[in-house]
Amino acid sequence: MRAGDTTKMLKMIVCIKQVPMVSELPWDPKTGVLTRDAAEGMMNPACKSALEAALRLKEEHNGQITAITMGPPMAMEVLHEALAMGADRCLMLSDPKMAGADTQVTSFTLARAIEIFCSDYDLILCGCHTSDSETAQVGPQIAEELDIPSAAYVENLSVKGKTIRIERIADHFLETLEMDLPGLVTVTTGHFTPRYIPIGGLQDAFGEPNILTVGAHDLSLDENTIGLKGSPTKILEVFSSTAGKKNVVLTGAPKKIVEELFKRFDDTIGSVIRKDLKAVK
Amino acid sequence: MERKKRSIWVFGDYRNYFQNRVTLQLISRANDLAKIIGAEVCVTVFGHDTDEWVGEYIAHGAMKVYVCDHPDLKFYSNDVYITLMERLVRRYEPEILLVGATTFGREFAPRLAKRLKTGLTADCIGLDINEDGILIQTAPAFGGNLLTKIVTPERRPQMATVRPGTFQEIPHNYHATGEIVPVPLPEDLPKDRIRLISSERQPSREQKLEDAAVVVCGGRGMGSRKKFKNLYELARVLGGEVGATRPVVYSKWAEDETLVGQADKHIKPKVLFSFGISGAIQHTAGIKDAGFIIAVNKNPNAVMMKMADVAIVADAGQVCTALIRELKKRIRS
Ligand SMILES: Cc1cc2nc3c(=O)[nH]c(=O)nc-3n(C[C@H](O)[C@H](O)[C@H](O)COP(=O)(O)OP(=O)(O)OC[C@H]3O[C@@H](n4cnc5c(N)ncnc54)[C@H](O)[C@@H]3O)c2cc1C
Ligand SMILES: Cc1cc2nc3c(=O)[nH]c(=O)nc-3n(C[C@H](O)[C@H](O)[C@H](O)COP(=O)(O)OP(=O)(O)OC[C@H]3O[C@@H](n4cnc5c(N)ncnc54)[C@H](O)[C@@H]3O)c2cc1C
Repeated sequence: MRAGDTTKMLKMIVCIKQVPMVSELPWDPKTGVLTRDAAEGMMNPACKSALEAALRLKEEHNGQITAITMGPPMAMEVLHEALAMGADRCLMLSDPKMAGADTQVTSFTLARAIEIFCSDYDLILCGCHTSDSETAQVGPQIAEELDIPSAAYVENLSVKGKTIRIERIADHFLETLEMDLPGLVTVTTGHFTPRYIPIGGLQDAFGEPNILTVGAHDLSLDENTIGLKGSPTKILEVFSSTAGKKNVVLTGAPKKIVEELFKRFDDTIGSVIRKDLKAVK
Repeated sequence: MERKKRSIWVFGDYRNYFQNRVTLQLISRANDLAKIIGAEVCVTVFGHDTDEWVGEYIAHGAMKVYVCDHPDLKFYSNDVYITLMERLVRRYEPEILLVGATTFGREFAPRLAKRLKTGLTADCIGLDINEDGILIQTAPAFGGNLLTKIVTPERRPQMATVRPGTFQEIPHNYHATGEIVPVPLPEDLPKDRIRLISSERQPSREQKLEDAAVVVCGGRGMGSRKKFKNLYELARVLGGEVGATRPVVYSKWAEDETLVGQADKHIKPKVLFSFGISGAIQHTAGIKDAGFIIAVNKNPNAVMMKMADVAIVADAGQVCTALIRELKKRIRS
């Protein structure tokens, strides 16, 4: 296949979300309030695997990769990273009106952008889920919005002509599927371990980034159909899952601690291991 | 026009029936919710030779089952099932539609919700009804560290996928009766755009760690391979299994199979001991279903310590040794 012959190129879109880097929890355990702004962002791991899958297809098929993200201006970082890894161009959807979107509206907005700016695609790749809200809904919903087939939780894939062959594990079955293109896959982190980006690459990416930034107006979207306003679901509250736990803290010499542990929780532990752990009198 | 009776629907997901009890669990919870809002509990079954499942669902609490049975529906298919379901929902307008969060359900439900232009809450671990009769859906986020309550106030049906194991099924009742509503196969169903080339049942892997009631997990804070070995002794005394974090597996203190985390093993012990583990989200994603957690760490502020029921501030190796000694003393056989 001749380079530059764009008619035969495999044109791919990778959807990427920035998520908080959470080596520490992004909430205040006392108040239960999210401190998301404080957290540093990173490319969602499954999105990175999706990009890796696209890069391998690009190497094999003379492809072209467009990376798209929707998010606050800070999310631009993940597009720089995508360029450094080998994406060809990027689309950044950023607009305060888009904030607070649920998956119904996130997929709607991404699909409209795809139709307007890169409708000529063969394959869309998403992560199987994110590490923050983890719904795993956006990929299948983009496919439905664009009326193309989709396969979720893909472990491995290969493209041949106008079809893609997919391997995935679904409910204890190892499935091999063949899907017509254009189509969408959501990729797990199992098989596609992302490549390492040399620092030089990152700097190059910051040189003259091929990133187009657009807002709601550029997509001709009515503000009532996007963001929090357009979303059918509403979040009532977010709270720590450990809120109900007592969190008993024990300190001191190990021997004393262990005695204290059994004094207070011998029944809790004993009932599970089915042994009487009461101290021998 | 006939007034439609309010209804709560459950998608009948019968693949792997004997392991996959999620449909029965949802029928049970739907019955609780139906009592509150005065609704009937309906289940849909699409497939071929489905009598067995239809009977099971009725025996476990379904009041009405919509059945589309046809040789063309022999295999699960997203394109076809979504179209069938969309039409039934538009016709009967259920208030609530619940789908088990199986691999299939988590691909089927989002596309269906999109087509119905309604909200969908993912992987719920709690369902309740508030005073306005709205479904309150509780779902985990951030690797299980956060929970969120979500509603779909206006659009209908209110849709949720629900994690298997969240609710208890109603015991089988042979005398239960339910109405069976046959649904003819529409002629204009979409052609499936995905072809199944092969589907093999995965040999059921040994799931000792995943199914263990007690797990002893160790991290980098165990300090050395030699000290880590002590955890195996503790696990033996407790009749449990050993799990590990990534640095431990990378350092070859433990086998690859012991890795617990987001992409690897998800464990659900009733009691979890966690030694020298900081609590990175990639690890905690694998322990979100753990019950009683006892964490040992020198650093009282480690995330793992905040997640624990009992947080022991001490050297992990020493506590492990003391535990083994104390347990041996107490366990009289
Ligand atoms: C705690 C919490 C819980 C939530 N629960 C729900 C819920 O149950 N239902 C609901 O409808 N909404 C929910 N939301 C809203 C949801 O987080 C947003 O819609 C979000 O934009 C996308 O969802 P996700 O992160 O779960 O994506 P997923 O569906 O898990 O993401 C899968 C893939 O879709 C692509 N993708 C997702 N978002 C973007 C993006 N912004 N830009 C580019 N590509 C993207 C990526 O490839 C990603 O790997 C919740 C939000 C929070 C904070
Ligand atoms: C894409 C990706 C996927 C990953 N997947 C996984 C995964 O599946 N599973 C996984 O586990 N990790 C995974 N990781 C790694 C993860 O981010 C963390 O690095 C890892 O879980 C940390 O392991 P740890 O808690 O043992 O080590 P550390 O984070 O180094 O924590 C050690 C802890 O021990 C305590 N400590 C030190 N000395 C002592 C002592 N003498 N006594 C008591 N306490 C002591 C310290 O205070 C600290 O809290 C992944 C990372 C990435 C980037």
